[in-house]
Amino acid sequence: MVDADFVMNVALAKTEPGRALSDALSLAGDRLPGAGKVAEQRRLAFDAYTRIGLPHRRIEDWKYTDLRALMREVLPLAATPDAAAISRAASALKLHAIDGVRRLVLVDGVFAPTLSETGSLEKGLAIGTLREALLSGDAALQARLFGLQNPDAMAALNGAMMTDGVVIEVADGVTLTQPLHIVHIAGGSAPSAMFTRSLLKLGNAAAATLVESYIAADGAKAYQVHDSLIVSIGDGARLDHVRLIEDGREAFNISSHQVTLGAKAHFNSFGLTGGANVSRYQATIAFAGEGSRAETNGVNLLNGRQHADSTLVLDHAVPHCESREIFRSVVDDRGHSVFQGRIIVRPHAQKTDAKMMTRALLLSDEAEADNKPELEIFADDVTCGHGATTGALDESLLFYLRARGLSEKEAQALLIQAFVGEAIESIANDDLRELAIAAAQRWLAARG
Amino acid sequence: MSLLEVKNLQVRVEEREILHGLSLTVNQGEVHAIMGPNGSGKSTLSHVIAGKPGYEVTGGEILFKGENLLEMSPDARAAKGVFLAFQYPVEIPGVATMTFLRTALNAQRKARGEGEYSTPDFLKKVREVAARLNIPQDMLRRGVNVGFSGGEKKRNEVLQMALFEPSLCILDEMDSGLDIDALRVAADGVNALRSPDRAMVVITHYQRLLNYIVPDVVHVMSKGRVVKSGGKELALELEASGYAQFEDAA
Repeated sequence: MVDADFVMNVALAKTEPGRALSDALSLAGDRLPGAGKVAEQRRLAFDAYTRIGLPHRRIEDWKYTDLRALMREVLPLAATPDAAAISRAASALKLHAIDGVRRLVLVDGVFAPTLSETGSLEKGLAIGTLREALLSGDAALQARLFGLQNPDAMAALNGAMMTDGVVIEVADGVTLTQPLHIVHIAGGSAPSAMFTRSLLKLGNAAAATLVESYIAADGAKAYQVHDSLIVSIGDGARLDHVRLIEDGREAFNISSHQVTLGAKAHFNSFGLTGGANVSRYQATIAFAGEGSRAETNGVNLLNGRQHADSTLVLDHAVPHCESREIFRSVVDDRGHSVFQGRIIVRPHAQKTDAKMMTRALLLSDEAEADNKPELEIFADDVTCGHGATTGALDESLLFYLRARGLSEKEAQALLIQAFVGEAIESIANDDLRELAIAAAQRWLAARG
Repeated sequence: MSLLEVKNLQVRVEEREILHGLSLTVNQGEVHAIMGPNGSGKSTLSHVIAGKPGYEVTGGEILFKGENLLEMSPDARAAKGVFLAFQYPVEIPGVATMTFLRTALNAQRKARGEGEYSTPDFLKKVREVAARLNIPQDMLRRGVNVGFSGGEKKRNEVLQMALFEPSLCILDEMDSGLDIDALRVAADGVNALRSPDRAMVVITHYQRLLNYIVPDVVHVMSKGRVVKSGGKELALELEASGYAQFEDAA
């Protein structure tokens, strides 16, 4: 489809980033699926983006991650992957394969059926693509796809440009035995941007495990990932979630998540960022039903000039919910780690129990870590706490280990593993925990 | 050739000279005690031998098996056979004792060009030594020294000594913070490790420890030097007369 109004609107974009985007959009042509209402929603999202453009340091939420300086421009939409790109992606996939999961693969932002496993679905599991959903005319589904509340500029851009993704539904009462693994692969074509959005809906009393990986095929260098995920967890349902950012070292990864929990639901989430040049993970976790619990933990492992930002909002809108955030960052060389954690307790959300603890370990004099906890509490009977520390490796521990025969790097590696251990230990699922430990060990091994 | 030769060692910490020309020779199989008042430089000597950062050696040398120890990193010294039992062993939360022991043992073996221990051999060896030292298995699963009592921490040092089989053990104030029963267990562990190919340097303020670990040679340190050396009876003499006479002499 080509929507004339939309294209015209794009051409009228005034700001510098808007112009960069208009280039991207003019190249996108008819590759943005969906007409009518979908096109209208894209236009609204695009307007929301152009009002701000690439976020910069004067926008409070982006103070530490100045995309205008770091990213400069939005690259053109990636070409639909050809056979060579799919083949390179398949090779990359082998290196990051996880046993026993159902793989759902996006190459350059396009669902790749040949690399994915969509056959013999467990009973109660439905999997489709975003493209199908946008073309389907299913108004309810499309409303959910555009359902990001208060999207910021980058989430809006993602909504305007989204080309594909996966749409997953787990029926009421169904416990998936096989974890779902969404793999985002940059296929190694010319520097370009991919825009994906996925949807996961867990019915009441359902349970699932979701792993998300971001990786690069050989030859993929300065690419941009613009991703979003909309999750709803039904009453009494449970989601175990791990995301591993192992993008190429020149890549950008901007991901926006929105998670809504029903009553007596449970969300156990862990993110590890060891790859990408610049990454931002922004998530809003909203409690919509009482008696629910969320653990959103993470680890950043950064060196060189890597920049990684985790910005989390825990929205306690109802009483009797618990949230826990444990975040650890290890920063070497001139790396920069950002953690922004906001806890909102709305006026009626009594008996909220929310805790957030973030610790940064700086391995070099030029490493930087910014921790910004924010508590916005409007209820009077709550337990909320936060803490933040930044420091170096303890010299007395290092000497003890070296006096026992460990080299400097070995001693550091052991202490770094212990430092991130508390966050990794919070992963409830044994297999997922092993995945995270392996990813951390890959980072330590690459460090030499 | 002597195992350890400290010759005219001069050491500064933050512009202040702590050791003023200390000399000490230890032969294989010998147990030496170094006694002295607080501030005489006993712990500094043990730290400099193990390679702790923050000490500036301004003169003299330390030879270990004929090689210049001061040029080696702390881990290279450990692999060569130097073991310092710490006065205050550190707690390392998040690093399981078993993981630590295994990583350290294999690092030392690798540095010496020896193969890594297989898991069953390693486990068997650790369990054997732990049982002898009265160290329960659940302690080995906990973080290194985390929540250990003073006695347990010292026993954990002795466990490592037994596992790594060093040729020189330096025990820095092993008796500090131990009651008499804990001291006896730790000392029994040390005594079991006495051997013709292993030397020990026992650093202590009090004669008490030397009732359990009986030395071949006793040195008295004062103000950064060895001021008197003698047989084990020297320790008893000190117990009776105190350190004051040596402080005057030094």
